[in-house]
Amino acid sequence: MSKIVKGLYYTNTHEWVKVENGFAYIGITDYAQESLGEIVFVELPEEDDSVEAGIEFSAIESVKAASDILSPITGIVVVVNDDLEDSPELINEDPYENWIIKVEMEDASELNKLLSAEEYEEICE
Amino acid sequence: MKKTVLYDAHVALNAKMVDFAGFMMPISYSSITEEHNYVREKAGLFDVSHMGEFYVKGKEAEQFVDYIFTNDVTKMEKGQVLYGMMLYPNGGVVDDLLVYKVKHDFFIMVVNASNIDKDFAWATSQNTFDCLLTNESDLVAEIALQGPLAEKILQPLTDFNLSELQFFTFANMKILWKKVVVSRTGYTGEDGFEIYGDHDTIRTLWNEILDFGKENITPCGLGCRDTLRFEVALPLYGNELTQDITPLEAGYGFAVSLDSGDFIGKDVLVKQKKEKTTRRIVGLELIDKGIIRHGYKVYHEGLLVGEITTGYKSPSTGETVAMAMIDRPYDKLGTNLEVDIRGKMKQAIVRNRKFYEKSYKTK
Repeated sequence: MSKIVKGLYYTNTHEWVKVENGFAYIGITDYAQESLGEIVFVELPEEDDSVEAGIEFSAIESVKAASDILSPITGIVVVVNDDLEDSPELINEDPYENWIIKVEMEDASELNKLLSAEEYEEICE
Repeated sequence: MKKTVLYDAHVALNAKMVDFAGFMMPISYSSITEEHNYVREKAGLFDVSHMGEFYVKGKEAEQFVDYIFTNDVTKMEKGQVLYGMMLYPNGGVVDDLLVYKVKHDFFIMVVNASNIDKDFAWATSQNTFDCLLTNESDLVAEIALQGPLAEKILQPLTDFNLSELQFFTFANMKILWKKVVVSRTGYTGEDGFEIYGDHDTIRTLWNEILDFGKENITPCGLGCRDTLRFEVALPLYGNELTQDITPLEAGYGFAVSLDSGDFIGKDVLVKQKKEKTTRRIVGLELIDKGIIRHGYKVYHEGLLVGEITTGYKSPSTGETVAMAMIDRPYDKLGTNLEVDIRGKMKQAIVRNRKFYEKSYKTK
């Protein structure tokens, strides 16, 4: 059973959003990292890039294949988690601690369209 | 969906299962890298029961196999295994396969799972010889024990002196009192054995070999089977070999015998060898960050010059490398090329495609 953290927002494509001080931190879920297997590379966007809800902003490469990561929300990338550049496996180790990007949201009401932990859990079953 | 005789064993081991060539097969049990490293350093056990086995029996069995196979069957000794391909008349590859010479009028062909039906239809259509071709794939199960400790693990289970079994030969023997055919062959670049038997035998041996091997062995899935063969530049049908690629273009000339008898597709290869191929498979190393994958396009200063056939971050070396079919003259070592990775051009350089040194047991 994969881990789901209460209080985060989720997508049905297995990304999560954590809101802190008005910023959105975006990562992939435990379920996603488990099904990807060992992550060997994370293609990161750059700071000031804009991201759009439902559109890919990153690709995660496992040994076997590349998978697009979709942004749950619209906004501007303010920080990229550079640690992932040299240590992509951090996502396998702790997918909820190791966010991929920090985003300044354009419209925080988009969060209402995302799934709660309970709703996401149903998808993973 | 077909299941191999080891399906229940895979499920019991918690394998991640995938559909491969119509079979439910394990992609990995623990992780691809962990299993990969086991095979390089110790030993791994693979279920390869999905592979196809054809028997060719009869007076003209040798002539028939020689006619549809690129390598020279007429020089084979009893108990020898030979690698080669079946070609279409245009030189494109039907499949790559192993031929086992059991005796002068009995040969076994071991073909890829994904091509069993196609191969059998093709071979049957070419069989105008006095011999019988049968598809025994559903009756024969197969496991591969691969890695530097393979012999050490298997020896206590048989009376046969395995140190006498040379690379690319096979023998009938008993393992744990069960009749099997064992060849010193594999698809990993390491020493090892491929073991053929009936369903019950293979089911038993799978469990027993894993038990006897203890901490020196791990079950291995198709994930690391592919990374292992890739690192030592062995081809995968569908990637390095297709119906549109000749063995010479793919760089497997060693599997083709042009100075012996006739075989289907030979004249095309003779011509190609004389005139030199217009393209060939080389190694590529990515200089920028990223991973290069099968199907990605390769450019030289904006000009499309080829395509990636297989690419990985090599588990053994950590390098991001690929095999790629590249038009001449952009195939030369050290040539700077660009790979289109999801719309972004990344720098790569042509290098030797042997990313890892094989360690076969030879005389």
